[in-house]
Amino acid sequence: MNADRTMLEITALEKRFDQTEVLKNIDLRVREGEMVFVIGPSGSGKSTMLRCCNRLEEPTSGAIMIDGQRITDIPRRDLDRMRLKVGMVFQGFHLYPHMSVVKNVMLAQTKALKRPAAEAEARALEMLDQVGLRHKADAMPNELSGGQQQRVAIARALALDPKVMLFDEPTSALDPELVGSVLKVMKDLRAKGMTMLVVSHEMAFAREAADRVIFMDGGYVVEQGTPDEVFGNPKSDRLKSFLARVLNTDEDAA
Amino acid sequence: MRFLETFFNTQVIANYLPDLIDAMGVTLGLAVTTIIAGVLGGALLACLRVAGIRWVNFFIIVFANMMRALPPLVLILILYFGMPSLGINLSGWMVIYLVLSAVLIAFAEEIFWGGLTAVPAGQWEAGRATGLSRAQTLFYIAFPQAARMGIPPLVNRTLATTKLTALGSVIGVKEILSVSSSAQSFSGSATPLTMAAIAYLVIFVPAVIASHRIERHYQYAT
Ligand SMILES: Nc1ncnc2c1ncn2[C@@H]1O[C@H](COP(=O)(O)OP(=O)(O)OP(=O)(O)O)[C@@H](O)[C@H]1O
Ligand SMILES: [Mg+2]
Repeated sequence: MNADRTMLEITALEKRFDQTEVLKNIDLRVREGEMVFVIGPSGSGKSTMLRCCNRLEEPTSGAIMIDGQRITDIPRRDLDRMRLKVGMVFQGFHLYPHMSVVKNVMLAQTKALKRPAAEAEARALEMLDQVGLRHKADAMPNELSGGQQQRVAIARALALDPKVMLFDEPTSALDPELVGSVLKVMKDLRAKGMTMLVVSHEMAFAREAADRVIFMDGGYVVEQGTPDEVFGNPKSDRLKSFLARVLNTDEDAA
Repeated sequence: MRFLETFFNTQVIANYLPDLIDAMGVTLGLAVTTIIAGVLGGALLACLRVAGIRWVNFFIIVFANMMRALPPLVLILILYFGMPSLGINLSGWMVIYLVLSAVLIAFAEEIFWGGLTAVPAGQWEAGRATGLSRAQTLFYIAFPQAARMGIPPLVNRTLATTKLTALGSVIGVKEILSVSSSAQSFSGSATPLTMAAIAYLVIFVPAVIASHRIERHYQYAT
């Protein structure tokens, strides 16, 4: 693995919904194998930025490169193939409630990737094993805890062998005691060399596990750096006040 | 004794049983073909509506509203007595089949569509984000969930619609009600009507039981 190879690069990304300009000018880069955290106040456009990276949201202008491919130029009919390279994990898990866990992990493998069923099942079980849920393969999603559901959702994305994983607040919907299991899976992934872009409010985890942290506010990347730089030595006033706010409430909660 | 004589006259039963059994076949055949066309057609229209093509959706909505608003008997009479003057001769059986199918298609479309709009957007996003096409996401993820949500109202509507096969008696289709009411006029006995009621029960009680089974089988908490 070449640590300097850029896996995901966003250049001058702009996104507008009707009149409101949510992303004004976003530049960011994630190198191969890096885990980059995105933090910022609610409504600053973090989810929108992430969703532009697999074109669930259409960028208004700017460019996004993933694994050397300029995904902002791909015609709509070819989007499905591109999305196989970009795994996404949502705040709300979104497992398919009418299918067993293993079927959840197999569906896109067989229908989008066209893997034979036996191969897809083997891969699904392998991925479930990786997130510690192989024994739940035949359970239905509603029989699982939130943390388990989120780990299945991660396995579902991983089974497609993505180049990049996008996480949108993967632990925000979880009870505090279940957060750790999901974070552990993410840490394991990083150790395996997966490239990850993570929107999260888990400041302690970001500080411990992230390679770099990006602070977004008002549609711009305001500040970025190593966790020590961003948390230990914030430069802009906006980041300082944001950190004061979230770290305070964290302490209140604890 | 008078009661038995009136409603369970054995001689009358013996006379008309063969006809009534044939009529049960007609009713059952109408019901089954109507259910197949109605459920499949309704599912197809609801899925078509997802594509969001404006004039297609306009047509579907107009069709569904008309078929749900008009009394089926009106449609039956229009088709049966009106079409021949256009040079189109439809048998009574065909008229009942077409009208009841159209009515069930309309209701089923609305039920499936209601289910589809109730599938959370996150389900679509999860499907699309894993590289499934819109059609695949609809087929494997959204529609199965919509169908499960729609089963209880769909079962009710299906039973209600198939019971309307009795309207065939108005235009001479030899289904249960028409056969038994003409038997009643000929024999002057109410017994054929009792036989009709029993015949309907024989067909519909198993259907009701089966529908409960289906409902229970597809129940899942979300
Ligand atoms: N589909 C949409 N149509 C119109 N406005 C939208 C749409 N999606 C998002 N927005 C707006 O864009 C802004 C940024 O939303 P976004 O969800 O990206 O923020 P966020 O940083 O992820 O916030 P949070 O931390 O609360 O999740 C918000 O003001 C939101 O109202
Ligand atoms: Mg968000």
